[in-house]
Amino acid sequence: MALKTEEMILNMGPQHPSTHGVLRLELQLEGELIVNVVPHIGYLHRCFEKHAEAMTYPQVIPYTDRMDYLASMYNEFGYALAVEKLLNIEIPERVEYIRVIMGELQRIASHLVAIGTYGADIGAFTPFLFCFRDREKILSLYEMTCGARLLYNYIWVGGVSHDLHPDFLRLTKEFIDYFRPKITELNNLLSYNKIFIERTANVGILKKDVAVNYGITGPMLRASGMKWDLRKDDPYSVYDKFDFDIPVGDGRMGTVGDSWDRYFVRVLEMEESLKIIEQAIAQIPEGDVTSAIPKRIKPPVGQVYSRVENPRGELGYFIMSNGTPNPFRIKVRGPSFINLAVINELCKDLLVADVITILGSIDIVLGEVDR
Amino acid sequence: MIYEFFSNLFNNQVIGYIISAALPLLFFILPFVLVAVYMERKVSAHMQDRLGPMRVGWHGVLQTIADLLKLLQKEDITATANDKPLFNLAPIVVFAGSYAAFAAIPFTGAYIGSNIDLGIIYIIGATGLVVAGILMSGWASNNKYTLLGAMRAAAQIISYEIPTILVVLSLIMITGTMNLNTMSQMQTGYFWNWMILGGPGLGVTKFLLIPFMIIGFFVIYISTLAEVNRTPFDIPEAESELVSGYHTEYSGMKFSIFFLAEYANMFAVSAIVATLFFGGYQSPFGYLGNTLGAHWLVPIEQFFWFAIKGTFFVFVQMWLRWTLPRLRVDQLMAVCWKYLIPIAFVNLIIVGLITIL
Amino acid sequence: MKNTEEIFNLLKEKFGEAIIELKADQPVEAFITVNPLELDKICKYLAETDELKFDSLMNLSGVDEANGESTKDEEGNLTITGGTLSVFYHLESTSLKHKLTLKVSAPRENAEVTSVSEIWKCADWHEREAYDLIGIKFLNHPDLRRILMPYDWEAGHPLQKDYRNPEYYQGMKVPY
Repeated sequence: MALKTEEMILNMGPQHPSTHGVLRLELQLEGELIVNVVPHIGYLHRCFEKHAEAMTYPQVIPYTDRMDYLASMYNEFGYALAVEKLLNIEIPERVEYIRVIMGELQRIASHLVAIGTYGADIGAFTPFLFCFRDREKILSLYEMTCGARLLYNYIWVGGVSHDLHPDFLRLTKEFIDYFRPKITELNNLLSYNKIFIERTANVGILKKDVAVNYGITGPMLRASGMKWDLRKDDPYSVYDKFDFDIPVGDGRMGTVGDSWDRYFVRVLEMEESLKIIEQAIAQIPEGDVTSAIPKRIKPPVGQVYSRVENPRGELGYFIMSNGTPNPFRIKVRGPSFINLAVINELCKDLLVADVITILGSIDIVLGEVDR
Repeated sequence: MIYEFFSNLFNNQVIGYIISAALPLLFFILPFVLVAVYMERKVSAHMQDRLGPMRVGWHGVLQTIADLLKLLQKEDITATANDKPLFNLAPIVVFAGSYAAFAAIPFTGAYIGSNIDLGIIYIIGATGLVVAGILMSGWASNNKYTLLGAMRAAAQIISYEIPTILVVLSLIMITGTMNLNTMSQMQTGYFWNWMILGGPGLGVTKFLLIPFMIIGFFVIYISTLAEVNRTPFDIPEAESELVSGYHTEYSGMKFSIFFLAEYANMFAVSAIVATLFFGGYQSPFGYLGNTLGAHWLVPIEQFFWFAIKGTFFVFVQMWLRWTLPRLRVDQLMAVCWKYLIPIAFVNLIIVGLITIL
Repeated sequence: MKNTEEIFNLLKEKFGEAIIELKADQPVEAFITVNPLELDKICKYLAETDELKFDSLMNLSGVDEANGESTKDEEGNLTITGGTLSVFYHLESTSLKHKLTLKVSAPRENAEVTSVSEIWKCADWHEREAYDLIGIKFLNHPDLRRILMPYDWEAGHPLQKDYRNPEYYQGMKVPY
């Protein structure tokens, strides 16, 4: 005979140290087991899409920065690619290489935040500070190029705003040599730590077909065993010229698709990004970076959906134009918005402490969820 | 010596007893907590590749005093729905529990707060008062999160007392006494007379005991780590999900009492481990006072060695906190019941057999 | 891999009248316009046929086309009557690597589109957002309520072209 207990509703409210922003998770508990998780979002809704309809195409770029503020370069990259497809213009090769270098450095910076805060949620405070120390070096590279550390306004439609500083490539090479042993240090400290593995392995298992049906993309999908990366499967910019690997989760510490896999795919991706940056530095041509920026952007009537591989997944821009200098409709398909929807499935029959583990492994940024 | 001084001062034995047992400990604990808080911040900072407090005083030494002044002048917030008597009593109970344990720990050869024969059993009983205080604070805060934290804390502390007692029992079997003062005096001589290396005397039993003493030391160190709620066992306190656990709702002076109690508790358990296994106040190399002929120097040296050993174990506790992640509640219970208790039992039986030999 | 024209021919054979037209002359992509009330059957066919196998919904966006009659009153406030609201679907097949764009249009006053959240669970939150911001009702949706705006926002659907901010919301003055 089973005891009937009352369900308790626990609010992991909008203000909380571990929800990575203003997210409200309503947990329906029975004792310590979870029956239902209902996410409530919209606390950071800043009406990006409505604003964009009132501005011209170049004016939208600082606003795209602020959506996923931890990976701003990629937001601008995606938008610039979408508008360039609509306008059908050719951009110089140097610009493509600069965008790739900036994007991959941004991927490393974003994954460092994800890994560091994930460790801090689990209780290991030291890797958090190590990750941020390494991220500081990337941010000073960015500051040297465009003057900003977090929200850049650097990648414009048709080019980039400034050419690279003369020391940039040399300092980036030094950063790569500095950072490679740090990944090994991070693995020894956090990834292979027995307590960390016990906390994260076999928690929140996401199967491959469920993931594809829910529209999950990015490291979450790759951790479930599916080798799908937009840089290889639907290449954009000059990614087809580089030789890199796509890390896939293989369940070596637990099951395929658990939280440890999601975490470890990010660590491996940082390594791959270093390879891409090295090849890009070796291949970058000379050229003029601002020559292809159009004076006045007035695209023809039509619509485009273009996507890039954000550090968090597939970032898609659907832009509809009606012939005027202002976009008629911009819809941003934010990966965190879609990835968050699956949290109810993942949290069935787990303990309250596991919700934190799973939420940290999904790696959301509320700016992108709410726009 | 101190006892005679106070009883002559007040012409009353009972008051003399009470003051000689309580006062010197207060004068030790408070400066120790100041040092421990500063040490924690500096140790954690250097492990994380940063500097820590640097501005207040030379390299930040006055930081704790600044923090204390800040906490004292903060507003003491009590929510309306709190259970006021329990809410106000809880920090006092927690502090009393950890403070009372110091009475039976020998600081030096000439001073022990209260030289009772129950010794270590009294200490384990007194630290149990902390559980009552934590439950009171968790309930009286009228907050689902703190209640969860307090219940987990109570379960954790109670479960981890069992391996502690089992290891202590094995030590009582070897030394034949429960009084910590006597145990420290038994470990006199050089460091090969310490319990971790088999105890005083020479013979087969000493060498047979060494591996089991080492296992016992690890078991008791881990269990006492869980008793003071330090990472990796700090679920009640700093779980990122419970914000701050059972002391979320406290501010100002009451919070500083909780804080003080935590560091005092840390030192108490480190001192117990040091006394049981590492010779308490005994020096590993012999006394400078004895070689020089100045016998009044010996108690001072003993106190110095005691403080060093206690601080070293506190340092190891801090080191573990900043390196390891946190265990989940059910894993924590599994470690206690499935691993530590069987190991401690087997250890106990084997040590018992060896002492019969 | 199939391109949009071949898929259009396949669909036209199977569903006939529900497939309205193929528009391929605008940049950048060609899209197929479909009847909004037959959408779930068409999408089920697209997802389950072996030669098409569209197993992933990349994006779903509501659009206010503003193609009705717009009138401006004395204060300069815009009101649009008539016209359509549409939804664009971007589908993709991860195994066969082809893509497709679908469009449905529904009348502005009572926009109803069948929901595809049974076929692709991804559409759940996308459709809630389209309902919240554009005002399109999705039939057979498991839980259609607002997602980004507050749950009790009564002043309309913000992304429509003739949306005006209300004066007060729960006693707080809205205009800045």
